[in-house]
Amino acid sequence: MHSPFYNRRSFLISGAAAAAAASSGITPALAQSWTPTATMRGGSNNYAPGAPLVDRLGRGFWVSGTVRRAGDGAPLKNVRIQIWAATTLGGEREPRNHGSVLTGPDGRYELEMEQIVPNFGQPHAHLAYDDGTFRTVFLRPVMSSARDTSVQADFVLAPA
Amino acid sequence: MPFGKGRGRAVLIWLAVLGLMIVPAALAAASPFLAYRDAPYIAGGFAGILALALLLPKPLMAAGWLPGLEGPRGRRWHRWVGALLVACVVVHVGGLFVASPPDTLDALLLVSPTPFSVYGVTAMWAVLLTALLVALRRRLGLRPVVWNVLHNALALVVVVATVVHAVQIQGAMEIVSKWVLCLAVIAVSVAVLFDLRIRKALRRR
Repeated sequence: MHSPFYNRRSFLISGAAAAAAASSGITPALAQSWTPTATMRGGSNNYAPGAPLVDRLGRGFWVSGTVRRAGDGAPLKNVRIQIWAATTLGGEREPRNHGSVLTGPDGRYELEMEQIVPNFGQPHAHLAYDDGTFRTVFLRPVMSSARDTSVQADFVLAPA
Repeated sequence: MPFGKGRGRAVLIWLAVLGLMIVPAALAAASPFLAYRDAPYIAGGFAGILALALLLPKPLMAAGWLPGLEGPRGRRWHRWVGALLVACVVVHVGGLFVASPPDTLDALLLVSPTPFSVYGVTAMWAVLLTALLVALRRRLGLRPVVWNVLHNALALVVVVATVVHAVQIQGAMEIVSKWVLCLAVIAVSVAVLFDLRIRKALRRR
């Protein structure tokens, strides 16, 4: 999400969308079409399906975001998001670093965990939607600094 | 020998080279991140740091610029360090593979999300290809000038790709000492290449 590849692509896509909307006389906010989020490279690495639902995995670091439906962008509630990352507890395969949370009525989810530390050269988290109703999506957001105490990742899900 | 003569000079040169190699490794060994990693990951990481550090004395040995290692002696050390470098690459990739197979396979298959992986894989292949050429040197029967061009081109790929790989990584290495080592490796490699292949070649005419 923050790698140059994804930055450039998302920048170009949003820029092109804004330009198209502007030239057709529609305001960008109304024209936003909520295209499905694509799985990121390496997003599914060290995935262990069925992470247990947890209240928290630790303290001090927050993973959060929204889950919306492709097309109209309606917030999706009670959707399970699985989250894992390398933290001060250990690496990405450490079971204590794996947990699931459900989205609220506003489509938002959040999980508090231990501080994420750089793993394989970048400080990053892994997130998955993999429950069948919608198409499976794996995300791998990268923190802009290893000292960040939060990271965001938004899902726009398309029907399976 | 571009640094002058005398025992004092010799000591200073060795202190500088060993310091540039050891300080970054020592600072990495003090990194808090190590406490959160398992043994294969740590071993793989430090093999990478050692491989980077070896690129500093290696060209100096080839050129005979290290006091006490002039001429054939320096070139013999240059070959031994080459073997050590191959071992470091194997432990680096092997350790990372044990620590996280999918991340390492992504890198080897050039589909990793991290921009530095492709440079690491490039350096790995250049190191292995160099070792293969060295092993087959007599059997290939290449003319010395062809050998020099091939060997130095590969060496330059190893140096540049390793440095670009290393500086982009956020890991156990401390940033300033990592950059100083990387710049020293580039400077020494360029200086040796210039001296052996351009200055001396022109003088022979």
